[in-house]
Amino acid sequence: MESKVAYQNELNLKATELRLGLPGTDIESEEQALSCARNNKRPLPDNTKECGLKGSSDDAQHSDHEAAPPAKAQIVGWPPIRSYRKNNLQPKKTEAEASGIYVKVSMDGAPYLRKIDLRVYKGYPELLKALENMFKFTIGEYSEREGYKGSEFAPTYEDKDGDWMLVGDVPWDMFMSSCKRLRIMKGSEARGLGCGV
Amino acid sequence: MYFPSKKKNAVYVSPIKQDIHPIDFSLPTEPMNHKRKNPDPSPDSDEPTTQLSSPFPDEVLERVLSLLNSRKDRNSVSLVCKDWYDAERWSRTHVFIGNCYSVSPEILTRRFPNIRSVTLKGKPRFSDFDLVPPKWGAYVHSWLLVFATKYHFLEELRLKRMTVSDESLKFLALSFPNFKALSLLSCDGFSTDGLASITTHCKNLTELDIQENDIDDKSGKWLSCFPENFMSLEVLNFANLNSDVNFKALERLVSRCKSLKVLKVNENITFKQLHRLLVLAPDLRELGTGSLLQDLTPRQHSELKSAFNNCKNLNILSGFYEVTSIFLPVLYPACTNLTFLNLSYAALRSDELSNLLIHCPLLQRLWVLDSVEDEGLEAVGSNCPLLEELRVFPASDPFEDEILHGVTETGFLAVSYGCKKLHYVLYFCRQMTNAAVATIVQNCPDFTHFRLCIMNPRQPDYQTDEPMDEAFGAVVKTCTKLRRLAVSGLLTDLAFEYIGKYAKNLETLSVAFAGSSDRGMECVLKGCPKLRKLEIRDCPFGNAALLSSFRKYESMRSLWMSGCKVTMDGCRFLAQEMPRLNVEVISECGNDGCQADKLYVYRSVAGPRKDAPPFVLTL
Repeated sequence: MESKVAYQNELNLKATELRLGLPGTDIESEEQALSCARNNKRPLPDNTKECGLKGSSDDAQHSDHEAAPPAKAQIVGWPPIRSYRKNNLQPKKTEAEASGIYVKVSMDGAPYLRKIDLRVYKGYPELLKALENMFKFTIGEYSEREGYKGSEFAPTYEDKDGDWMLVGDVPWDMFMSSCKRLRIMKGSEARGLGCGV
Repeated sequence: MYFPSKKKNAVYVSPIKQDIHPIDFSLPTEPMNHKRKNPDPSPDSDEPTTQLSSPFPDEVLERVLSLLNSRKDRNSVSLVCKDWYDAERWSRTHVFIGNCYSVSPEILTRRFPNIRSVTLKGKPRFSDFDLVPPKWGAYVHSWLLVFATKYHFLEELRLKRMTVSDESLKFLALSFPNFKALSLLSCDGFSTDGLASITTHCKNLTELDIQENDIDDKSGKWLSCFPENFMSLEVLNFANLNSDVNFKALERLVSRCKSLKVLKVNENITFKQLHRLLVLAPDLRELGTGSLLQDLTPRQHSELKSAFNNCKNLNILSGFYEVTSIFLPVLYPACTNLTFLNLSYAALRSDELSNLLIHCPLLQRLWVLDSVEDEGLEAVGSNCPLLEELRVFPASDPFEDEILHGVTETGFLAVSYGCKKLHYVLYFCRQMTNAAVATIVQNCPDFTHFRLCIMNPRQPDYQTDEPMDEAFGAVVKTCTKLRRLAVSGLLTDLAFEYIGKYAKNLETLSVAFAGSSDRGMECVLKGCPKLRKLEIRDCPFGNAALLSSFRKYESMRSLWMSGCKVTMDGCRFLAQEMPRLNVEVISECGNDGCQADKLYVYRSVAGPRKDAPPFVLTL
C-alpha cells in the first residue's frame, strides 16, 4: 500500500476548517499519475481528471468537478481512531532494546558500569548533566571544532558500526538510534578525539 | 402476571413513538409528586372499567419492576398503561441518556425521582476524530446543578464525550455525599486538579475510571489525595494518564483497599512496582500493566511469574505499554482464565502473539495492533475457539509511515475459520476482497457488529478492482442479527441498496468516502427500520437524500453528515418540517446555496439548545 496516496476530497478539504498538514500542500501531477499507476486505483467517482487510467463503468456519474484541492494532504480524522490512540502510534519495533534505549555507561577509572535509558533525556544538555551527576565530574564545553574543552573528560560513544564517536556531533535522534554504549574517556585519550581527522 | 387491558387503560401513544429509544418523553409528565399513589388498586382515572385494571397495589408493581434492569424492557413497560408508567418511573434507579441534548435535566428529574446512577453521552461520535470543533458543547455542569438538588443521593456518573471542567468535578465531589463511581471516557475540559477534588472529597468512592480523555495532565498528585483511612476503592483506572503518581501512595492505597478488583496503572509504573502491587492485590479481576521494559534477572522473572500465578481471579489484562519479549512468558500462568486481552498498545510481532495465545484457550475478546500481521491472526484462529470479539488497530499512521506490514484479508479469513463464535469485529486493514468477506461471513454468520476499515479511502477490491459492494452485500444478507455496520473501500449506491434491503436489524451505520449519488442514502433511510444512528462523512449525498425520508429522523437518535453535498436551504427545509428535531449546522456561510459543512440532526424534547457556540447555527 502506498505511503502517500492522493485523495480527492474537493468537497471537504476546501470547506473543512480543520486540516492537518501544511496549508496549500500540493504534489506534482507526475507524482499523482505515478501513484495511481502503482495503485492500479480506480479513478475516484468525483474526480475523473486525476487518474484517467481506467474507466469507471458502473458508477452513476455525477460530474461536478470542483477544483482539485492539494492532494496528498492528510485527511482529518482518518483513519478513524481516537486521538489518544493516534498519539500512541509508534513505528514497529522488532526488538525494543536494539534501538539503543538502555545503554551501558563506563567511565575510565570507575570500578563498575552504569546503565541509562536514553529516551529519558530530551537532548544532549540533559544527558550530559545526568552523566555529570552520576559520576561526579565535569564535562567541558562542547564545540564542533575542538570537542570538549575545559576538563580532562570527554563523553564518547560506540555506534552501530563499532566506531568510537564524540557525543554531540550528530543530531540527537540519530545519536539515540545509533548509540550502543557510552564511555567517558579521561586524560590523553580524551584530548586526542577532539582533533579532527 | 396479569396484564391490564391495553385498550381501556392505555395512554394513547402515536405509533412512531413505539420505536423511540429509551426514554419516551412524549408521555405527559406529572407534577413532581413525592407521595406515593394510593395503594387502592382502583385506578384514579375516570374510566368506568375499573375491574380491568391491575389488581396489584403500586408497591407490589414497583417491587416487581425494580427487578427489571434492561432499559429496553423498562421503556416497553412504561408504555403499557399509566399505572405501569408510574410504577416504572418510581422504581428506576439508573438512567441512560444517549444524547445529552435530547432531554433537559429538569424533564429528567421530574420524571424519574429516584435515580442513583446516570450515564450521559454528549458529542457526536465523529468528535473522537477531530471532526467537531472545540467548545461545541455537551457541558455536564448544568446537569450537575440540577442533580445536586434533585438527586442528592446520586452514586454513579458515567460520561462519554462530555465537556467536564475542574469546577464541575469539584462541585460533584462536594455535592453528593454518597457518590461512589465516576467514569470518564473520551471527555475533555478538565485537568488532574479536577481528579484531585474527587479523590480528596469522595469518602465513599468505589470507582474511578479515567479513559482516553483529553485531559490536562499536570501531575499525579491526585492519587496522593486519597485520605489515609480511605479503603473503599474497587476500581481504579489511570492507564491513560501520563504523569507520575507517587508510588508509595499507590502502594498504601492498594494495600488498604481490600475490595480492589480492577487496577489499571499507567506506563510509568515499572515491572518491579507492578510486582509489589500484585503481591498486595492477588484478587484482582482486571489488571492494566505499566511498562514492561527493563532487564529481568532470572530471579525477578520467576518472582513476577509467581505473582501472576497467584492471581487466580484475573480475567482481563491490558496495558502493555512498551513490552519486550522476555516479559511475555511471566504472564502465561495468568492467561489460563483470561477472557479479555487488550494488547492494543503493544506492538507485538506475530510470533510473540502466537506464543502468548497458546496459553489463552478461554479468550473471548482480543484487541491487538496490526503489527501482529496475518500470521499473528492465524494464531488467533488456531488458539482461541471461544473468541467472540476481535479488534485490530493500526500500529502506525498510514499517512506518516509506509504500511509495509499490517493485516489483510488473509488474517481475517484465518480468524473466521477458527473462531466460529465471532460476532464483533473492528478491523483496520490495508486491503480486502469481496470474496474474502463473503467467505468470512459464511464462516461467522452471527455478526452483530461488523466494522471494517480499509484504510485507503475508496480503495477497490485489490484483486478484481471492483467496488466492495458485494462484500457488504454479503454481510447484510448473511448476518441477519447485524446491529452495527461500518463500511469502507470503494462503494457505489449498490452497497447501500443492499443495506436498505437486507439490514433489517441495523441500528448504527457509519459511512465514509462512499456512494455514488443520493440514491445510496435514500435506500438506507427507506430500508432500515431500526436505524438509530447514522453518521456520514465525505459522501456525495445532498438535499434530495437528506429530505427523502425526513420523518424518519424522529425515530432515530441522531444523524451526522459532514463533507457531503447538503446545502443550507435543504437543512432549513428540514428544520421547518420537523419542529421536534434540532437541526444544527456548522458552515462557513449561512446563505441558502452554501454547503452545510457539518450537519447534526437529533430529536429532542428539550427544544433547541441554549448553549450552542456561535459557529453552530440552529435552524
